[in-house]
Amino acid sequence: MDMKRSYYEDLRLFDTLPLSLWLGVAVLALAAAPAVFGNYPLYVIGYIAINVIVALGLNVLVGYTGQISLGHAGFFAIGAYAVTMLANAGLPILPALLLAGLIAAAFGFLLGLPALRLEGPYLAVVTLGFGLTVETIFAKAAFFGGATGPAVPAFDLVLVPGFSREQNLYLLIVATAGLSLLAVRNLMHTRVGRAFVAIRDSDIAASCAGVDLTYYKTLAFAVSAFFTGLGGGLFAFHLGQVDPTTFNLMLSILFLAMVVIGGVGSILGSVLGAVVISLLNLKLKGLKMADFEQLPLIGHELAGFLGRNFMETGMANIQFIVYGTILVLIMLFEPLGLYGIWIRTKRYWRTWPF
Amino acid sequence: MEFLGALPQVMFSGIAAGAVYALLALAMVIIYRTTEVLNFAQGDMAMMTTYVALAMIVGSGLPLYAAVPLALAFAAGLGAFAEFACLRRAKEPSVLGLIIITLGIEMIVFGFASWKWGGEPRDMPIPLSPYDGITAGGVIMSYLELITIAVAALTIGALFLFLNRSKAGLAMRATQQNRAVARLMGIRVRRVEMFAWALAAVVGGIAGLLVGPATTVEPYMMWEPMMKGFAAAVLGGMTSLPGAALGGAIIGIVENLFGYYVSTAFKSVVPFAAILLMLTVKPSGLLARHYVKKV
Repeated sequence: MDMKRSYYEDLRLFDTLPLSLWLGVAVLALAAAPAVFGNYPLYVIGYIAINVIVALGLNVLVGYTGQISLGHAGFFAIGAYAVTMLANAGLPILPALLLAGLIAAAFGFLLGLPALRLEGPYLAVVTLGFGLTVETIFAKAAFFGGATGPAVPAFDLVLVPGFSREQNLYLLIVATAGLSLLAVRNLMHTRVGRAFVAIRDSDIAASCAGVDLTYYKTLAFAVSAFFTGLGGGLFAFHLGQVDPTTFNLMLSILFLAMVVIGGVGSILGSVLGAVVISLLNLKLKGLKMADFEQLPLIGHELAGFLGRNFMETGMANIQFIVYGTILVLIMLFEPLGLYGIWIRTKRYWRTWPF
Repeated sequence: MEFLGALPQVMFSGIAAGAVYALLALAMVIIYRTTEVLNFAQGDMAMMTTYVALAMIVGSGLPLYAAVPLALAFAAGLGAFAEFACLRRAKEPSVLGLIIITLGIEMIVFGFASWKWGGEPRDMPIPLSPYDGITAGGVIMSYLELITIAVAALTIGALFLFLNRSKAGLAMRATQQNRAVARLMGIRVRRVEMFAWALAAVVGGIAGLLVGPATTVEPYMMWEPMMKGFAAAVLGGMTSLPGAALGGAIIGIVENLFGYYVSTAFKSVVPFAAILLMLTVKPSGLLARHYVKKV
């Protein structure tokens, strides 16, 4: 099956020829997208790619190191604010992005310190408090622009001469997502990645085997926060504004949902989870009564029933019901998420008639 | 008001706020110490309970004394159903997995309530004005705050008696300590767990019904109390009932002191800073024995 027969096989970037080919096709398609699509599809792909970066970052912490975080919206916010303020201070966009990631990583390191002694509910409450604190500080402190947030500077980076602002931004986001995928994939095959996984499986056993818990646990938080901050920085440009109220607990839960739905501790899972949640988010946000009317057979009665018993203004909240249901169902039936389903399908077809 | 003269008033408001946190903390502790599940849906289940009470009072015209018990009965059903339909079905759950399930329940309940009733804040009609009250020793106590404290104290007292003196409470403790042995002793472990969820939902629902009239009824109403309640539970050590009550009071007082003397803008994050400090000194909370994991 997927057994690795030698160490070098395990280290190889692309396992099989078909996989490399498909990856090549995907890269080409993403690179060609700006020439083919209009601005909205690029916006959607960019949104997905940002979430892929964040899901990857969170997966490093939750999936690979086994720590719980309910505060990743905080790192996301730190990234967004840092990029905005650095760019406003006159820094070019690329260094600002990198620096924003590093600032978020520094906060991740700080949050990792109390996490050394804590687990389960105690870690959950600390990360929860971190997210809440960051949100409150950004929303209340005048230095950060108060309730409206700071003005995001124009995105003026030119990657390909002749491309519009949207096309350049798209390329930057997708390229960053690709590099992040590569980085996390490789990181997990190094000494550091192995140490993370050892901590997840049993931190005491890992420390007996010589893994420095202090170093690697804080490092996991820092790495995770770095990618999340990077995603946040890109998000600031992508949305064109920074609104402190978006970085609330629900966002942290959504990030966690991406990781869990995609598959805990899997790179492919992070991508799948981010794609599914992002698409659902974009689709369900604009749900209207008319969408129910269009359902065949029951549409009219259903719309009538919903109109009598539910508030039309609250219809956007259907997305939370959908996410919640998916989360519960995934946990009950396929704890490995979409990645688990993918693995099972693959196994089934490989040995097919039997 | 002069600097120290305001202290009794600030303390009193803190205890009134803390009473609600203590109830939510107790609800979480009841579930955590019976089933080792961290129930993040507690707050939104309480929100739903409050909406149900509101719908019965405003929509169906039921009197308050009928609507409240019915709403609490609904809460019990909701809690039991959540355990029966979701938590019980989990196969070999991990800690993270259980948290994810309760977060999923939380999102479902939140989405449903804010779809059904919309996001507009509504007023909970109670036959009391929030401005009426008595003044004792320079401290203004509104009837609502007094009722909140009284109800919370009664609930907490009843819970202590029930969990420490009754057979059902004993069964719950046995289930927490060793599920397999409890089962061998003839305890219906699953029923006990379901009961713990129902009980916790009722206790949380009481908190919701106390928050509702004090603020407004809206889908987000329980988020902050819920987070503070969780913080209070952790502060008290997650498994200790007196710890949860104490934690709630401490958090209410600390945040009110900070709000009055330093800044109201950052009032809501102070409890978490306090908890962070406390956890670096005592990683298991105030009133819990240090838990050592066996490898």
